[in-house]
Amino acid sequence: MSSHAATAGPTDHHHDASTSTGIPNKKLFMWGFLASDCMFFGALIATHLIYRLHPPVGTPDPRDIFAIELTSGSTFVLLMSSLLMALAVNACQQGNVATTRKMLLGTIVFGLIFLGVQVYEFIHFVHAYGLTTSSSLFGSTFYTLTGTHGVHVALGILWLALMYIRSFKPRDDSAGQGWILRGFFHFLTFTAMVVLSLYTLLALVHGYEAGNGLAYFFSNHFLAFFGCIALLGGLIWFAKPRGPVDFGEANAIDVESMGLYWHFVDVVWIVIFPVVYLLEYVVLS
Amino acid sequence: MDQSLTKNEFIGTEVEQTQEAKRSWLFTRPDHKTGLVNWLTTVDHKRIGILYGISALFFFLVGGVEALVIRLQLAVPNNDFISAQTYNEMFTMHATTMIFLAVMPLGAAFFNYIMPLQIGARDVAFPRLNGFAYWLFLVGAIILNLGFFVKSGLPDMGWFGYAPLTSTAFSSEFAGDMSTDMWIMGLQVLGVSSVIGSLNFIVTIINMRAPGLTMMRLPVFTWMTLFTSFLIILAFPAITIALVNVMMDRNFGTHFFEVSGGGLPILWQHLFWVFGHPEVYILILPAMGIISEILPTFARKPLFGYPIVVFSGALIGLLGFGVWAHHMFTTGMGTVATAAFTLATMAIAVPTGVKIFNWIGTLWKGQLIMTTPMMFALGFIWMFMMGGFSGIMHSAAPADAQQHDSYFVVAHFHYVLIGGSVFALLAGIHYWFPLMFARKIPEFWGKLSFWVIFGGFNITFFPLHFVGLNGMPRRVFTYDDNMGWSSINMIATIGAFILGIGIAIYFGVMIYSYYKGEKAKRDPWGGRTLEWSLPIPPPPHNFDVTPTVHARDAFWYEKHHKAEIAAENAKKAVDDEAHGGIHMPSNSWFPIISAAGMLFAALMFCNHSYLGAMAGAVIMFFGIWMWSVEGPGGYHLHPTKKGDDANASH
Repeated sequence: MSSHAATAGPTDHHHDASTSTGIPNKKLFMWGFLASDCMFFGALIATHLIYRLHPPVGTPDPRDIFAIELTSGSTFVLLMSSLLMALAVNACQQGNVATTRKMLLGTIVFGLIFLGVQVYEFIHFVHAYGLTTSSSLFGSTFYTLTGTHGVHVALGILWLALMYIRSFKPRDDSAGQGWILRGFFHFLTFTAMVVLSLYTLLALVHGYEAGNGLAYFFSNHFLAFFGCIALLGGLIWFAKPRGPVDFGEANAIDVESMGLYWHFVDVVWIVIFPVVYLLEYVVLS
Repeated sequence: MDQSLTKNEFIGTEVEQTQEAKRSWLFTRPDHKTGLVNWLTTVDHKRIGILYGISALFFFLVGGVEALVIRLQLAVPNNDFISAQTYNEMFTMHATTMIFLAVMPLGAAFFNYIMPLQIGARDVAFPRLNGFAYWLFLVGAIILNLGFFVKSGLPDMGWFGYAPLTSTAFSSEFAGDMSTDMWIMGLQVLGVSSVIGSLNFIVTIINMRAPGLTMMRLPVFTWMTLFTSFLIILAFPAITIALVNVMMDRNFGTHFFEVSGGGLPILWQHLFWVFGHPEVYILILPAMGIISEILPTFARKPLFGYPIVVFSGALIGLLGFGVWAHHMFTTGMGTVATAAFTLATMAIAVPTGVKIFNWIGTLWKGQLIMTTPMMFALGFIWMFMMGGFSGIMHSAAPADAQQHDSYFVVAHFHYVLIGGSVFALLAGIHYWFPLMFARKIPEFWGKLSFWVIFGGFNITFFPLHFVGLNGMPRRVFTYDDNMGWSSINMIATIGAFILGIGIAIYFGVMIYSYYKGEKAKRDPWGGRTLEWSLPIPPPPHNFDVTPTVHARDAFWYEKHHKAEIAAENAKKAVDDEAHGGIHMPSNSWFPIISAAGMLFAALMFCNHSYLGAMAGAVIMFFGIWMWSVEGPGGYHLHPTKKGDDANASH
């Protein structure tokens, strides 16, 4: 257990003297897990491709369904979230807790934009084209594959949010019980904020698509909008400085492991996007 | 540092309380050294190993009883001892139990107990995660076996769960029939448990070796642990996805394996065997590791061709991913695919044969000591070879077309799995029993159990080759008298009961020895690997001083260079003390709490109560969250403080 060995001087984040190889245990564990996850997505993507080769009668043309511009945009946003994640790891390695938090929040927001687009996409496909998990085999493989990736993103966001809240743990252990309670409410507020803001944003988008103006939006979704503002205030209150925290350079390996996971989930999307979406537009003559 | 010294009851040395007094109880980890709480919260790899072992042996007996029920039904033609439905449930659960709940966890028990000792580590890399893997295994085992107690009954579509047998149309006799759902859920939970456990072993072996223990000095059992772990993390995702697809089919109306919706049931077979064939090597590689430890010890010679044995293991693991379709030769894959998988399957016999020759080379001109573990190990070589020979016969697709789904295949894989895996695991139990419990199993009774098991096993399964080539199909619950299979089936059933008696003797003697057996002395077999350098049973911290390894058979070297090692250890002990002694992790409640959340969620999901499933998931996430924020805890031991003898044992 090297994580709480007393160390003096600057920490070397790329070498852990207490292990045989010099690679920190947590990092090696994460790489092993990602290897396993490769096989996981490999099986899912292979399933989708095999069934695209054998489309049963009545399979819809995916080109009629996909909105490739929108998905390209969300792909770009997800890629940029990886940049913020890398900056968060970098900040944490330098012991800069404030920047780490900001970058974590940025990663969360970008991840949520991607997730929000996916939710919008799913709802749109179901309502506009009647594509459901049971309507056709294409729907089955499409929703299972992209949905599993979405679950990975959602778990990543959950992890990021918990890490963000974890960064407020006070250094004084005797305040522990109070902090657990405050951390719990912090998390509740965070979750409520995520759900409500996604709801509000989707309402705005759907309203816009239906041709309704802002006035209509505010008259119908004022409570949700106001709730978002109130929750934002709550989050700012929770983030108020309250003395020294039990979070810093020593946690860089935790943030880095999380970063590895996040980058991996992005890379998986970089495979899924061409294979599931772009491939449909390739015309073989 | 606050010097409040207390006496530790468990190891009889001083324990220093390093925790600051002002710790909130929520962040304080339990530090029980004895009693039930210690077992429930344990993070000690040796205790977790024993938990795995006891659970695995229990399910081994359950699976054995299921086998006897099957053999009783087949003893005479047109038997109605059990119904066809019960027969289906029995062969499904016999295979599922033996593979996932007996042989795999028994391997995991040895990985847990022995591997860290062999590499000179004080524990695995992530002790709490190790506990979590065990509790998840138990959760999966409970879910799989719950069918004994509910109206739905046990799953009945075979351990391979071929589509469309798992579809709701075929497997749900009535609304609320959840036997197949529980099978799917149980296997998924077991998969999570295996992957978590394996990642832990991989990190431990790569990162926590004692100084001087280079990879090419690792004991072969540790090597095989590493290969098995890699196979597990790369093979289990395939079946997880296959099971997810079935789950989606059953719960959310997808068409993955529904022919009416354009699904291809053959895809299930591919996904299943992409997992299923590496799984075979997951079962046999630990066995090969155990044999590679036992033979040199009792032949009084180093292992012949160590690097070749190691690389053959790697090659078997690698090729194991490229031969899955030989389970599907009769599905009509086309000439090219069939030829390719035939060749790959034949190729895998090469590294396996190389290992056999190396074991024989180890025995050659050795001074063989015929102890019980040695008898089982020698039995392993012979029986595993027999299973290998019939395996080669299957690898030729034309021959396989005749043998497919016949009792010839049953005979083949029982030779590999009982004659191979189980013999080696039984050998391993005998071999390491004195280390774990400081008692010796009486040789007479051990050898008696060996001969009865050996005889019963061959009487059961050798005749099945003939009845198989004669055309008797697998998985039919009875047969007619005029088929000419009656006498052989009767012989096989008698053999199965002899095998059962042998296992009963084996277990009876083991339990007797645990309580009343002769006390064993330290290093009872004259061992060569580091686990035998320890006092028996090993103390919680394993090594008073982390050993320095100078040669491949590290303990053998130590025994022949006592002065050098003593000086080295004395110096290291001083260094250790300068760093505050040995740091030991505290126990934790959260692995078992998180696993309990998983159990609740899985059962609720099987019952189609998605709200309940979410509640279980919340419990699990609560457990994991508390796990991540509970204090580091820990305490320090000073085993070398009293007296100057660095090798002092207590």
